[in-house]
Amino acid sequence: MAKLDINGKVYDVQVEDTTPLLWVIREQVGLTGTKYGCGVAQCGACSVHINGAVVRSCSYPLSAVKATDKIVTIEGLSPATTHPVQKAWLALDVPQCGYCQSGQIMAAAALLAKTPDPSDAQIDEAMTNICRCGTYQRIRAGVHQAAASMKSASVNPESSNA
Amino acid sequence: MTKIVRRKATNLSRRKFIVSSAAAGGGLALGMRLPFGIDAAEAAMAPVEVNAWVVVRPDDACIIRVARSEMGQGTITGLAQLVTEELECDWNKVGVEFPTPGESNARERAWGEFGTGGSRGIRTSEDYVRRGGAAARVMLLQAAANEWKVPVGELTVSNGVITHTPTGRTTTYGKVAPAAAKLTPPDPKSIALKNPKDWKIAGKPMKRLDTAPKLDGSLVYAIDLKLPGMLNAAVMDCPVFGGKLVSFDNAKIASMPGVKRAVKVNDTTVAVVADTWWHAKTALAALPVVWDEGANATRTSAQIADHLKEGLTAKEAYAMRNEGDALKAIAAAPTKVEAVYRTPFLAHATMEPMNCTVRISADKAEAWVSSQNGEASLAALAEATGLPLGKCEVYKHVLGGGFGRRGQQDYVRQAAAIAKQFPGVPVKMIWSREEDMTHDFFRPISQARCAAGIDAAGNLVGLQVRVSGQSINAFNNSAAAKDGKDDRQLQGYYEKPGDAQLGYAPPNLLLEYAMRNTHVPVGPWRGVNTNQNAVYMECFIDEAAKAAGKDPLEFRRALMTNYPKHLAVLNAAAAKGDWGKPLPPGVGRGIAQFMGYGSYSAAVAEASVGKDGKVKVHRMVLALNCGHVVNPDQVAAQVEGSVAYGLSAAFYGEISIDKGRVVETNFHTYPILRLAEMPKVETVLVPTFDFWGGVGEPTICVVTPSVLNAIAAATGKRVRDLPLKNQMEALKSA
Repeated sequence: MAKLDINGKVYDVQVEDTTPLLWVIREQVGLTGTKYGCGVAQCGACSVHINGAVVRSCSYPLSAVKATDKIVTIEGLSPATTHPVQKAWLALDVPQCGYCQSGQIMAAAALLAKTPDPSDAQIDEAMTNICRCGTYQRIRAGVHQAAASMKSASVNPESSNA
Repeated sequence: MTKIVRRKATNLSRRKFIVSSAAAGGGLALGMRLPFGIDAAEAAMAPVEVNAWVVVRPDDACIIRVARSEMGQGTITGLAQLVTEELECDWNKVGVEFPTPGESNARERAWGEFGTGGSRGIRTSEDYVRRGGAAARVMLLQAAANEWKVPVGELTVSNGVITHTPTGRTTTYGKVAPAAAKLTPPDPKSIALKNPKDWKIAGKPMKRLDTAPKLDGSLVYAIDLKLPGMLNAAVMDCPVFGGKLVSFDNAKIASMPGVKRAVKVNDTTVAVVADTWWHAKTALAALPVVWDEGANATRTSAQIADHLKEGLTAKEAYAMRNEGDALKAIAAAPTKVEAVYRTPFLAHATMEPMNCTVRISADKAEAWVSSQNGEASLAALAEATGLPLGKCEVYKHVLGGGFGRRGQQDYVRQAAAIAKQFPGVPVKMIWSREEDMTHDFFRPISQARCAAGIDAAGNLVGLQVRVSGQSINAFNNSAAAKDGKDDRQLQGYYEKPGDAQLGYAPPNLLLEYAMRNTHVPVGPWRGVNTNQNAVYMECFIDEAAKAAGKDPLEFRRALMTNYPKHLAVLNAAAAKGDWGKPLPPGVGRGIAQFMGYGSYSAAVAEASVGKDGKVKVHRMVLALNCGHVVNPDQVAAQVEGSVAYGLSAAFYGEISIDKGRVVETNFHTYPILRLAEMPKVETVLVPTFDFWGGVGEPTICVVTPSVLNAIAAATGKRVRDLPLKNQMEALKSA
């Protein structure tokens, strides 16, 4: 039995504490926006935020999660898809198949929370999730566009939990 | 039907997401509905099918049916644009739904082919879907004319609003649709389609219809499906291709959490079924399994390489093209060039691993699946269950990547074989990444021996390319591989125009194939054999140009006078790619051109090599003539994606074999290109509007040869073995 704070809601889950957080989120909590891609923290499709930091949840056991941890998944990134990253992704039609994009968006949101106006080198360093469709060029453009919109809004990103 | 009904982007915050309850009941309306209107109002609305392609709702929303699969390539948006163009409805009120293969079967294939491969999604259905939209427009206008009792010729329509010009009266598609649906449909062939030069929706960079649900986790991929009472299965196929399952010990896992039991799937595969997939996977890892690995258990990559090498010089080979006397011309030439190239097996590694959910009861079998061919999935389900097609149904989901892998139905058959053992219970089978990577239908391995003769003036007078390698057709037992005469393995070298024509005509030409098969399963991989064959041809042409002392672009142009379309695309890439202009020290420029899938491609790459032998690609310019461009922004997206997929293969892609099995199991041993390595990609579209070519695959084949040519230009070193990760020692500088 563990208590998990996901997207501002507390869930009681009854599952072995060796279970990766990814499969707790997908199969116990029932939020399927967070994806399984590799199971070994290589691809980043399973990226979520824990206390604002990106975590590859496929390799993060339930036992490592504290009851006070604030977990945010793609479903809880913003109310009504209003995070600047989501808006930029929509404007640039970043996704192709879309399967990796939950993780890409979570990685980009975490990058911008820490580094509001990242250089290309900082994007290179932070955005290491795999995309097989090859949307990288638009992901880069999307991060820059989201950064620009955050700057011009001169307010913090409209984000409930991130 | 699986619906993706788009709402306006500006309405993002108002969107509500409904997973139709019909999904669980096995009804037609599975999965996602993304209404842009008000839910309650929508529920009361009766959508009217005007014809197979067009459904109109009372609120004037037009739902367009798309039989082809969406795997990221943008086909549903492109096809919807084509239908909308002829239908003259309001693009902002367009949604898309997938007809199911079962419905299509019941309606005498009303939606034509479902198969989505070979870059055919748009080019082989553009005519009938446009006619479908046009026929619906004719019926809707006729219904308005009948209601007003006026000649239909007095009506005009724009954005779904019909106007009677003489009186100024108006009505809408939503209002007249019920009457229109009762009319006798016109013969679609009798309707004149618009000239593409007059297109307003098609041909424009419209936004994709399916982006929004990919931004908030709401899109339900097949792997995300939840059904009441559903169980989960993890599978393991014999690690050695050709081996067999002997036994497994259910008792050892019986008490593990959530486990139902282990089951035999087929002669080579075992599965564990449990309440959750994580429980199933964990128990599968603990399950004692005995395999009969069989005769292939000693096979290695080195043996396979030797097998192929023998084919390079074997006496017997299939000469697909033998024009003039290439061997004699080469022998007599004052300058000769020879080289051997090698390309490895490659995995598709779609981001969404193979998965399929199946529920089988006494008289009904259903599958929920990401498939590139819904009809083939339906046939596989029927075959696996023994039920007639009419009692089977397939619900297609948007694919988390395809690239050719999901044209195969092995995973559908497996899921059906598992579900058969749990009657009435839906079972979701998911492959682990390891299973996915080691049980692919890999891009076939091949080698090529190339020889050229150059005369005193620097002209190419003879060219021989002998490809030795595995045949996809032979693996599929296709008649097309009979006696080793398999043209497909020489894709891109054809004489015949229109599909994959070679753009060079040296006076003496010999193009051969030596079929050398292996025990490894092979299949189509984005671009299929154009990938390897373009590397061989386009790198070797560069080598020949160098030996002739000619500029690689000029050397090509001299061979291409009979191929104006190939040449025009090459020239477009060269112009935009600044061919001949200065570059920073250490950076080289390479060029390549090739044809596949009915389209013409060319690339200019700029690359440099670090002291450590690591290659950096700085910029790529790709030119494409695909005949008609339905959505330039999405064509550009495909070009960008093909660069990433192609460069991943060039840098890292290698599936190797030891002890009869695949060595690479996950992304740590089968690395994928990351964002930091992605060059700047510039897309140059040069459509000529006189044919319909493919888009998803054509450009990938020019990526690697242009980069290898750029490396040679930068360093003087010619890479002939892929991937580049194995060439770092050779490319190192002191």
